[in-house]
Amino acid sequence: MYSPIIVAEALINGLMLGAVYALVALGLTLIYGVLHIVNFAHGALLTVAMFGVWICSATLGLDPYLSILVVGPVMFGIGYSLQRYIIGPASHGSDNNILLVTLGLSIVIENVLLAVFQSDTRTISTDYAFEVIEAGPLLLSYPRVIGLGVAIVTAIALWIVLNQTRIGRAIRAVAKEKTGASLSGIDVPKIYAITFALGCTCLAVAAGLLMPTFYVNPRTGAAFVLVAFTIVVLGGMGSITGALVGGLLIGVVESASSLYLGDSLGQIGIFLIFILVLLFKPTGLFGARQ
Amino acid sequence: MTNKLYGQSRRTVLKSGVAAAAVLAAPGILRAQSPAPVKVGLLQPISGAFALDGDLARIGAEQAVKEINEAGGIKALDGAPIELVVGDSRSNAEAGAQATEDLNAAGVAGVLGGFASGIALTATQAASRYNLPYIVDCAVSDTITQRGLKNTFRFNPNFSMATDTALKNLVKLNDDAGKPAKTVALVHEDGLFGSGLATIMKNRLPELGFEIIETISHPTPARDMSNVVLRLRSLRPDLVIPSMYYNEFVLLARTMQQQRVKPMGVYAVFGGAASSYRFVNEFPEAAEGVMDCNHWGDPKNPKSAELKTIVEEQGKFYAYNTPINYSVVKVFAQALEKAGSTDKEAIIEALSTQEFESGVMPYGMSKFDETGQNTSALPLNTQVQGGDINVIYPEEFAQAAPVFPANK
Repeated sequence: MYSPIIVAEALINGLMLGAVYALVALGLTLIYGVLHIVNFAHGALLTVAMFGVWICSATLGLDPYLSILVVGPVMFGIGYSLQRYIIGPASHGSDNNILLVTLGLSIVIENVLLAVFQSDTRTISTDYAFEVIEAGPLLLSYPRVIGLGVAIVTAIALWIVLNQTRIGRAIRAVAKEKTGASLSGIDVPKIYAITFALGCTCLAVAAGLLMPTFYVNPRTGAAFVLVAFTIVVLGGMGSITGALVGGLLIGVVESASSLYLGDSLGQIGIFLIFILVLLFKPTGLFGARQ
Repeated sequence: MTNKLYGQSRRTVLKSGVAAAAVLAAPGILRAQSPAPVKVGLLQPISGAFALDGDLARIGAEQAVKEINEAGGIKALDGAPIELVVGDSRSNAEAGAQATEDLNAAGVAGVLGGFASGIALTATQAASRYNLPYIVDCAVSDTITQRGLKNTFRFNPNFSMATDTALKNLVKLNDDAGKPAKTVALVHEDGLFGSGLATIMKNRLPELGFEIIETISHPTPARDMSNVVLRLRSLRPDLVIPSMYYNEFVLLARTMQQQRVKPMGVYAVFGGAASSYRFVNEFPEAAEGVMDCNHWGDPKNPKSAELKTIVEEQGKFYAYNTPINYSVVKVFAQALEKAGSTDKEAIIEALSTQEFESGVMPYGMSKFDETGQNTSALPLNTQVQGGDINVIYPEEFAQAAPVFPANK
């Protein structure tokens, strides 16, 4: 029905969109893997990061990609403070507490954004947003190609941080055995806060990649967070590789099914995979056995 | 011995107490002399996906209320001013119904607005339980007025009327250009509004000599339009007819520009962004040439320009929500005048039987038929030309001739 070029382009588009999904899921899975928190505020925090990028562009005239350098540290700080002063202290009671706190946080954040920025939709206009890279007969969106590259680099960087650095080893130790890590002198609450902050920094990168082509309003993050939850389960809860591969896979599946079934049914492909994984491999593609 | 209370004598304190009570009572006495304001509910999506629309609607409604109150309020009610009570539908149908219940509890004489079809459908239903008069502003689904709800009136054109106009003007556009366009791709949101419109288009366009080569639906909010555009690029339709909300339309138009998809024309039916200055100002290249058949104020009425200025003075971009909500409030105020009462039954009776001036909308005198549909409602065709939005059809309201085919 479609020419091979169109199909190829759709699959590459899916890969590129999936890269941004993966970045959103990366933060979510990291937080789950270490803190065992299902962070319902993740979508709202993505919106915060996107507004951050927009502010950098609107007030400082910064390019959306460059503004990651500003928004990244800010999101790190926000994430650190949220975990240290709100989510952490609330986690001493029942597990439901954390769920309610993150859910409440998402509502508070959304309404604060609504109060500050009002309901208006905002976009950033850049020259390159409309440019395409011509790879033979293929027209590849310039911002999307950058997105794919940056997402992979970010995932690798995160992997290096977790596996090759002192702080990364501490994070992994806490994730594996909290009490043991605490006994060997690791400041567990601090590691929790750093992990949460790293998750939020991933959102800053995702926001920088999204803003040249997407819009932001106080509800925007919600459009991405459901798919991010799916990716986390698909890839294996807590798995960095799983989030990256799961994100790319979901992007390609969504793209292929929306090409053939229409955009409305495109999401069926995602949830079909989700159900199949839950049925046949409940730990996800890269998840450890519980 | 005099009791001292914080250095004051008891008598002094008592005296000041009496004075304070008198001051506090005074507004009550003043209130008794001037009539109590008439509360009017405005149900709009103030938050959520359509919040941009709700915000622009509110500005229009507030301006109308201001004008009515400055002109002496509702004269049949001894000059009672109108007090607008805004209900937030949060862009979804369930919250819309709940907000309508809240507006009723707040004691409104009627509810105006609704914006999206799904929301208007549940909100009018909720209002009907209290026999609360309801005038819809923008929702186009035919079903809204076909359920026999006595309280429900629709000021704007419905699907059938709008598509009739849109198709008539499309045929004229194509005929005048020597019939260059033959194939059509429909792109629509998959809710009540987009799907309903697509169904009508699919039935009618072939009869008018157009071949529909693709119908693509998408969810709202949509994260990506790349594949929609890829399909368009592959099929090369002469015309693309989108029916969707603002954010998705912007995504579609920008992606089309990026992927170099240039049909002879983009002819939107309730296309959202094509009738919004935000889109035109922010993405002039993607917007240029886009046509829309939509709710739009009469460009020859100076009030249209005034409303645009009022919106822009608030740092916002003008779109159709403002003139239509301005006008709906004006219609309701006339209904209050004609009913001479805030009694719900009397207002419904007035709306059912009388004629109303249509504010800034190009409807002439508005009259609601037995289903509650305004029979004179009319959408206008606009086109983005040189960074401005011009009315191109019908000729009596036209500001400019259409540019078609756009990409020769």
